Amino acid sequence: MKPINEMKLTFLSRSANESFARAAVAAFAAQLDPAVDELADLRTAISEAVTNAIVHAYPHELGNIFLTVQLYENGCITVRVRDRGQGIEDVSKAMEPLYTTGGEDRSGLGFSVMQSFMDKVRVRSIPGKGTTVTMEKYISLRVKGRS
Amino acid sequence: MQVEFNADTDQLTASLLGELDHHGAGEIRERIDSVILQQHCRHLVLDLSRLGFMDSSGIGLIMGRYRLMLSLGGQLTVTGMTPRMEKMLRMAGLEKLPIWEKQEKENAHETNQ
Ligand SMILES: Nc1ncnc2c1ncn2[C@@H]1O[C@H](COP(=O)(O)OP(=O)(O)OP(=O)(O)O)[C@@H](O)[C@H]1O
Ligand SMILES: [Mg+2]
Repeated sequence: MKPINEMKLTFLSRSANESFARAAVAAFAAQLDPAVDELADLRTAISEAVTNAIVHAYPHELGNIFLTVQLYENGCITVRVRDRGQGIEDVSKAMEPLYTTGGEDRSGLGFSVMQSFMDKVRVRSIPGKGTTVTMEKYISLRVKGRS
Repeated sequence: MQVEFNADTDQLTASLLGELDHHGAGEIRERIDSVILQQHCRHLVLDLSRLGFMDSSGIGLIMGRYRLMLSLGGQLTVTGMTPRMEKMLRMAGLEKLPIWEKQEKENAHETNQ
């Protein structure tokens, strides 16, 4: 199926861009008229994926983060967050709840939050090359004109 | 991201305003911790009711403050959570910790009877 709309953004791995990414995706997704809760789920999942790229992919340097969002006629929204950072050795271990390499301030819940708030999460990673997180969420289509 | 403090005789309330993510969490953590230590606070209340957004960085902040208060022989209470925030705290396994606001405990008690 072809998307009815698509947007791509590239931004630096500065932490100020965490809120920028949330706002940008939310503004674009508004075309599917998501409910308040669906939008909050989406914003939280984007925040997790983008924060991971900022914190873990480029721990000592600034790098580019590539964000792609596609909207589909059936209400599906796909979000891809890609980095060219250090990658993940063992993806299934990294996705276990509470697993973190991040120390005191991190809870190791990012992937669990993405999985719980989105319908599908796929992670592909090559150590030394980078990581791509692809997420899908179905927005319930509401009858036009109803609030 | 802002934090407002309200000190009582027996407790310190820190109200968080705005969006709590990794970008803002570091500075907020430092501010809260310095007030806790300055005021020899024994009971910290984190009020999340005016928070418009929180991700797992907020869970990290809560877990870290819980550990700090524990090491000081004190306690932490979290109030004003949305269902989404509660869901994230449960994922972290924090539902067993004594940090939930009293009202909820009383409700839980009622349904047990
Ligand atoms: N884009 C990435 N590049 C490299 N490593 C990553 C990336 N995303 C996640 N990881 C690895 O996977 C682990 C788990 O990520 P997850 O988001 O679940 O938890 P966290 O980021 O450590 O903590 P939290 O998200 O709760 O603050 C990270 O600690 C890190 O080792
Ligand atoms: Mg994370």
